[in-house]
Amino acid sequence: MTDKERQELLQQLLKKQKTGKLKPAERYEIPPQDMPEQDPIERRANVNEVATGYTETHARLEAMRCLQCKKAPCIKGCPVQIRIQDFIAAISDGDFKKALVIIKENSLLPAVCGRVCPQEVQCQQTCTVGLKFKDPTKAVSIGRLERFVADLDQDNESVPAVADETGVKVAVIGSGPGGIVAAADTRRAGHDVTIFEAFHKTGGVLVYGIPEFRLPKAIVQREIDTLTKMGVKIVCNFVVGRTRTIEQLMKEDGFDAVYIGVGAGLPRFMGIEGESLVGVYSANEYLTRANLMKAYDFGSGADTPIARSRKVAVIGGGNVAMDSARTAVRLGAEKVYLVYRRTEKEMPARIEEVHHAKEEGIEFHILQSPKRVIGDENSHVTAIECLKYRLGEPDESGRRRPLPIEGSEFQIEVDTVIIAIGNSANPLIRQTTPGLEFNKWGNIVVDENCKTSLEGVYAGGDIVLGAATVILAMGQGRIAAAAINDYLAKKKQKS
Amino acid sequence: MSHRIVSKRQLSEDVFTAEVEAPLVAKERKPGQFVIISINNEYSERIPLTIAGADPEKGTICLIWQRVGKTTAEMADLQQGGEIANVTGPLGKPTHIENFGTVVCVGGGIGNAPLLPIAKALKEAGNTIISILGARNKELLILEDEFAKISDELIITTDDGSYGRKALVTEPLKEVCQRDRKPDLVVAIGPAIMMKFCCEVTRQFGIPTQVSLNTIMVDATGMCGGCRIEYDGQPKFVCVDGPEFDGHKVDFDLMMKRLNAYKDQEQQAYEQYKKHKCKIGLDE
Repeated sequence: MTDKERQELLQQLLKKQKTGKLKPAERYEIPPQDMPEQDPIERRANVNEVATGYTETHARLEAMRCLQCKKAPCIKGCPVQIRIQDFIAAISDGDFKKALVIIKENSLLPAVCGRVCPQEVQCQQTCTVGLKFKDPTKAVSIGRLERFVADLDQDNESVPAVADETGVKVAVIGSGPGGIVAAADTRRAGHDVTIFEAFHKTGGVLVYGIPEFRLPKAIVQREIDTLTKMGVKIVCNFVVGRTRTIEQLMKEDGFDAVYIGVGAGLPRFMGIEGESLVGVYSANEYLTRANLMKAYDFGSGADTPIARSRKVAVIGGGNVAMDSARTAVRLGAEKVYLVYRRTEKEMPARIEEVHHAKEEGIEFHILQSPKRVIGDENSHVTAIECLKYRLGEPDESGRRRPLPIEGSEFQIEVDTVIIAIGNSANPLIRQTTPGLEFNKWGNIVVDENCKTSLEGVYAGGDIVLGAATVILAMGQGRIAAAAINDYLAKKKQKS
Repeated sequence: MSHRIVSKRQLSEDVFTAEVEAPLVAKERKPGQFVIISINNEYSERIPLTIAGADPEKGTICLIWQRVGKTTAEMADLQQGGEIANVTGPLGKPTHIENFGTVVCVGGGIGNAPLLPIAKALKEAGNTIISILGARNKELLILEDEFAKISDELIITTDDGSYGRKALVTEPLKEVCQRDRKPDLVVAIGPAIMMKFCCEVTRQFGIPTQVSLNTIMVDATGMCGGCRIEYDGQPKFVCVDGPEFDGHKVDFDLMMKRLNAYKDQEQQAYEQYKKHKCKIGLDE
């Protein structure tokens, strides 16, 4: 569809909408609006955002595809229950401000979530339009619409209202998505909130993990700036458990409540031979070097080096694997292989990310998994030896279990291996916080209000859920903040 | 918050020391721990440096570093009153201090810096301290006086014989291990190759040997795994499982290769920095 055709269609539909209601059949006929994107060849050589965003015309056409179902099944799919059909109606009416106000009732970071939420397994999975076409990719693009209105608001300087100062101190550990929400919500209640961040920059996984080409850092910084304007204090280079313990924060430094949102943060390795050879990275390390430390600018400003790879194997099938593979392409690798032991169907990565990765020339090696990493006399990686796999019966995750095929060994020549098979819980808080209850995987145990076994201590995100998503971490940040506000109000009444 | 350099001194041709404002670290740090620093916020790399001492009253820590690449050269060019953007810590597990009996503290080159607070703490815990300090030549030997104060016996070696014994540290270490009263513990900190050979000596005598490793790190909180070593056949993270390990279980050969992973790029960055500095010099 050309821009002109799109314009004309929109004008026709607007006329119809004015005179009466658009019938569902007419709405079904509106073609799904694709996201404008950078050309795949071009973007292999830059770190700019791949998806460039809807225009107003795209957005209004896409919004008109929404049937405005009475039951709004999309809302049930949203972890923070945004009033989806209402904000979409506002977009179709051209009232973008109203749309944003509706979103912001429930989500603090629409520009982030519009980009990184796995909508296809949340709101868009249950969308009636998608179901009608029996194709989830034809559902209304709720995420793209959310991003569209959030981006229009880029210059808005408005800051959420903050209640009168209570003088009560709240510590938020970690400045990732959960921490940002918990800090904003407790600050809104008038508490004296401090975020402690271990890195020298704020944003957590949004800045060290998710690449610039998928989530520009400026967008995250804007959200952090909003917090600062609200009066939230931010202390970087502060490792809770080392610089100060939670006990010290509460007993000596006068914090009345703590939210722990430190993320998962301990990369899993495979336990195979050769995993410590030079050229083998955890995805965390590879992405942190590339994103947070800007290794893509090495030699023209940045001091942090990263492997100058020719052939890269990324192990795993999640979003982090896609991010790593696509980062390797941008850092100049000639060949990037994605090695995954199940099939594309079982990949936990978003469809869109898989699609983008393929467009950028990443070769998928499915039903394969490395058995060992092979190195030369200098311990530099030269190849991986893989086994072929087949799928057996479904396992407890519901996905079909991959079974190795005996004797199917073969080698892939590579100089870099990136392991992206997930994270375990970082033990630092556990080792330094007596009385805090953990489960057998090292995740913090919380109740439905995100309250831990210690009074005044709440937790959420990956350190509670294991590997989760940005939006789930935000959801827990919000639940915890409400519980903290409640706890602090009750505590005040008692005293 | 930036960290001001309160004072700075050159200890030898390439070794520098500075007292840096870091009140929280100064208050909490224990022997054996380290910090991660980066000079500016946008583009600087993060490097681990051991804490050689601290003054909790003044809120300062003492850093000692050797000029080996761009970041350490840039640090060396900072002057009193200058600032380091980020100092994070204290990181790593503190040294386990108790009265073991007789402890041999072996320091090589810049390794004397992290060794000093450990030796001090061990002395205070009642141990007899035999210090063996090695350097390439007299000029590169650091902290001799400080070690003299806390050591019951002090042996100095230089590679070229310009001071003390002309030997590698492993020679006197072996002799000490051969004495009737065998040492109860050896703590060896220095270049990887030195620690490796110290461990080979002590292994023959069955003397427990502790080493402190300084691998390449990024976050230093357990998140990236870049610092991992092979320990007893298992991967361990130096930043959170260490930095101190039983030296007899460390695969030093692999560790040395990993330390060299970015040699070319480090060289490139250093050359660029030196060139840039020369140009600035010409403009003046």
